[in-house]
Amino acid sequence: MIQAILVFNNHGKPRLVRFYQHFPEEIQQQIVRETFHLVLKRDDNICNFLEGGSLIGGSDYKLIYRHYATLYFVFCVDSSESELGILDLIQVFVETLDKCFENVCELDLIFHMDKVHYILQEVVMGGMVLETNMNEIVAQIEAQNRLEKSEGGALG
Amino acid sequence: MLAGSRPGVGKAATSRRLAPLCSPSPGKSKEAEIKRINKELANIRSKFKGDKALDGYSKKKYVCKLLFIFLLGHDIDFGHMEAVNLLSSNRYTEKQIGYLFISVLVNSNSELIRLINNAIKNDLASRNPTFMGLALHCIANVGSREMAEAFAGEVPKILVAGDTMDSVKQSAALCLLRLYRTSPDLVPMGDWTSRVVHLLNDQHLGVVTAATSLITTLAQKNPEEFKTSVSLAVSRLSRIVTSASTDLQDYTYYFVPAPWLSVKLLRLLQCYPPPEDPAVRGRLTECLETILNKAQEPPKSKKVQHSNAKNAVLFEAISLIIHHDSEPNLLVRACNQLGQFLQHRETNLRYLALESMCTLASSEFSHEAVKTHIDTVINALKTERDVSVRQRAVDLLYAMCDRSNAQQIVAEMLSYLETADYSIREEIVLKVAILAEKYAVDYAWYVDTILNLIRIAGDYVSEEVWYRVIQIVINRDDVQGYAAKTVFEALQAPACHENLVKVGGYILGEFGNLIAGDPRSSPLVQFNLLHSKFHLCSVPTRALLLSTYIKFVNLFPEVKPTIQDVLRGDSQLRNADVELQQRAVEYLRLSTVASTDILATVLEEMPPFPERESSILAKLKKKKGPSTVTDLEDTKRERSVDVNGGPEPAPASASAAVGPSPAVPACCDGLGNNLLLFCSLMFVCKNNGVLFENQLLQIGLKSEFRQNLGRMFIFYGNKTSTQFLNFTPTPVPRCGLDSLTRTHLNLQTKPVDPTVDGGAQVQQVVNIECVSDFTEAPVLNIQFRYGGTFQNVSVQLPITLNKFFQPTEMSSQDFFQRWKQLSNPQQEVQNIFKAKHPMDTEITKAKIIGFGSALLEEVDPNPANFVGAGIIHTKTSQTGCLLRLEPNLQAQMYRLTLRTSKETVSQRLCELLSQQF
Repeated sequence: MIQAILVFNNHGKPRLVRFYQHFPEEIQQQIVRETFHLVLKRDDNICNFLEGGSLIGGSDYKLIYRHYATLYFVFCVDSSESELGILDLIQVFVETLDKCFENVCELDLIFHMDKVHYILQEVVMGGMVLETNMNEIVAQIEAQNRLEKSEGGALG
Repeated sequence: MLAGSRPGVGKAATSRRLAPLCSPSPGKSKEAEIKRINKELANIRSKFKGDKALDGYSKKKYVCKLLFIFLLGHDIDFGHMEAVNLLSSNRYTEKQIGYLFISVLVNSNSELIRLINNAIKNDLASRNPTFMGLALHCIANVGSREMAEAFAGEVPKILVAGDTMDSVKQSAALCLLRLYRTSPDLVPMGDWTSRVVHLLNDQHLGVVTAATSLITTLAQKNPEEFKTSVSLAVSRLSRIVTSASTDLQDYTYYFVPAPWLSVKLLRLLQCYPPPEDPAVRGRLTECLETILNKAQEPPKSKKVQHSNAKNAVLFEAISLIIHHDSEPNLLVRACNQLGQFLQHRETNLRYLALESMCTLASSEFSHEAVKTHIDTVINALKTERDVSVRQRAVDLLYAMCDRSNAQQIVAEMLSYLETADYSIREEIVLKVAILAEKYAVDYAWYVDTILNLIRIAGDYVSEEVWYRVIQIVINRDDVQGYAAKTVFEALQAPACHENLVKVGGYILGEFGNLIAGDPRSSPLVQFNLLHSKFHLCSVPTRALLLSTYIKFVNLFPEVKPTIQDVLRGDSQLRNADVELQQRAVEYLRLSTVASTDILATVLEEMPPFPERESSILAKLKKKKGPSTVTDLEDTKRERSVDVNGGPEPAPASASAAVGPSPAVPACCDGLGNNLLLFCSLMFVCKNNGVLFENQLLQIGLKSEFRQNLGRMFIFYGNKTSTQFLNFTPTPVPRCGLDSLTRTHLNLQTKPVDPTVDGGAQVQQVVNIECVSDFTEAPVLNIQFRYGGTFQNVSVQLPITLNKFFQPTEMSSQDFFQRWKQLSNPQQEVQNIFKAKHPMDTEITKAKIIGFGSALLEEVDPNPANFVGAGIIHTKTSQTGCLLRLEPNLQAQMYRLTLRTSKETVSQRLCELLSQQF
């Protein structure tokens, strides 16, 4: 199961935080900070897995992460997930973001936070992998967009 | 993507909503940000509270802002109600943001949950697939118990209904999985289970993937019910593996057909043993072979995604092969494949290969094959740039270590330790210490290794490790002289670690005489050497050295004046530390008043330590959790104990030669694989309490006895957050030597649920019948699987003869009359012993009553004595018992006398009761 999905930039600013297990607000922030410090000190071309921090699960959990330009995507998972599978899932998520935002960048995550959440929800649901087929995910998001449009010009 | 440097301005213009909060120019101070956010929060609050009703769009806008502020780390204490209102909107976009807010921010806030559940109920019933999807997502994301109570009945219906759309089915499967994970008791099994299994045949691969995840979790707990999924999973897997990459269209990921589904199916199969049906089994073997073959084919794409996806399947296939542990051919192929990965240029693959090989090393078929990679692994330890990978290399070296390569592996680990990362030093120290001890053929080598360990990484050598070396030296006389010589030499170094001073001080104090014949290490030289370190050491070490000095006084009378001078010095006799001062005063006095004989008795050589599980092994397990300490030895021991069929201690290996340090309480050292714990004395006089506890498991007891019958409630609590699988506790009576054929105790119980969820507790009731009097308490053997490894715990159940005691009241006259009747020497057993606890009258009374007999007041002419009477009930006989306990406060001794009509009963009761005072 995926315990948490954290996206933050090179300065540790959270850009997307999703917990599938309840933690109080301040602990959530601490986890983001701790995770940031764990991955920050790692070179770019070393391995993408490391043992979880002290706050989230300890050694039963692994952090699986990828670093894209200005952003870190970190998934905290338990032993029931395949490491390489999750690594690919991060890639699917990012590729989907890229398709939906046409060449995604950090600002898209800020200004379209709701949309980013909706895309994530099509990939991961309650900590479990829902869909891995990018076309299917994009189709769902497009259907949402159409619904949104049909609901009219009230949108910003 | 993401790398693209695009001006953010154009983008920002199109979404004004969040613009006030995030200026694209960084560098604003933290205070400014907080100020701005507080202003915005106040604005939103006033909008929500204002008289003017907000339209849906504005509500949506503000809720979205709140989410962003929350992301930045600010607490949001309002807006929940507005979000709930959005749920009942008919507009999709408003509903959607409402659900998002709730999933991110709400956690079983009871008042709101009712309203939220209402909205969800409506959406589930709406038959609008989009709304249903949103509702299912919300249930899965919050996953609280309240939600499980409300929807655990409904979701399975949606899942198996014929007219449900694929995307809803997919969400329903995962939603149900989430509810089952949080509240398994609330999800009713039923007709739907068989239909869920058939989802493995579904057309839509997304549905199959979700269903496989669900079935995997359900099957772990209800293997029987989902057994049919094995053949379905194998045939599905076979169709994927053998298909051309284009067959599965969209589910082909960088030329790999449906990698996620393959991984999930292989995981599902790991819930079961190898299939029994030869056809299914053959087909599975074919699949696994195909996957292994594909690994050898040239890659269809240079992209890393291609190799990741392909290898994700491959590693999972290898896990399944290791799990089955039945096809030597496949195991060896798996090992070779991993061997290739050990040298792969991708760090991730090297990491995973090291990790998988660790489990492979514990299979008897592949242990030898794993060992052939030793040089590569050692090389990884030396050259890997990534500490996570080096850590895995250490784990693997530890797992592949056996007698044949122990010297090499220990040497390599020691040399790695000189440069190892601080974060893993302590663990390596423990591993080296364990391997050195376990595979020591030559104890001189062992002593050298540990002293090296202290030299290289003294700060990381915990007490357990240096206690252990002392225990081993004390228990083995063949190494004592060598140890004394070696520590003496090591102490010559100008700067040596304090731990070395401790070990040296202790060993020279015990065995310094063995090297005193050599003028280079004469008593005075030894003393001066130790004392030269004295002032640099901490208080506990100095205390230890003072004890060494008094031992020297005994061993070497010629240095007595020197030592007395030291003890007499102001820095000892007037030391500010009370412990040091006391030792100095007492030792000085002892050295002056005691005769040589008394001194020799008091300071006699330490007796050997009892043989129990290594305390350092326990420490490593505690540190790492059980899954990482599973080495071959554990599995081997597990097997050999099966052969022995019972509670015998682990077969003697080098590690069994010594016991834990006296500082570690005997009944809680570590995870206790095969560790037989002796009946806690505390249960003799009471019936409830915690029987056993380690990192994983807590066992509590509640019992009641009447005449020769009893009932015991055993509560097993899972202390981890992970499920225990195949949890099987079995209480078994043990026979004493006298009666291999007769049973003294009958125990009856039902098996418990084989799965114990993280944090959950299960109960087992044992009905007990005492057939005849007995001495051996029954044993409770517990086996379970935790994080992929088998755990074995054996504990004595505190069912002792006195539990079947019924108190009998009688007068003083009756008591002494019966006492006299039982004057035959075989009927009386007496024990005189020293008090182990403070001699408190009230506590003693409580213990005698707890023991089960009546406490007879005013019977004994001496009011300080205690007398008791009762009857031991067994199925075959009833035995009257009288007891008398005479305390002697001055000597701190007791005399306990038992008289019963049966010698064995007197004997056993006397043993049991004597331990209590």
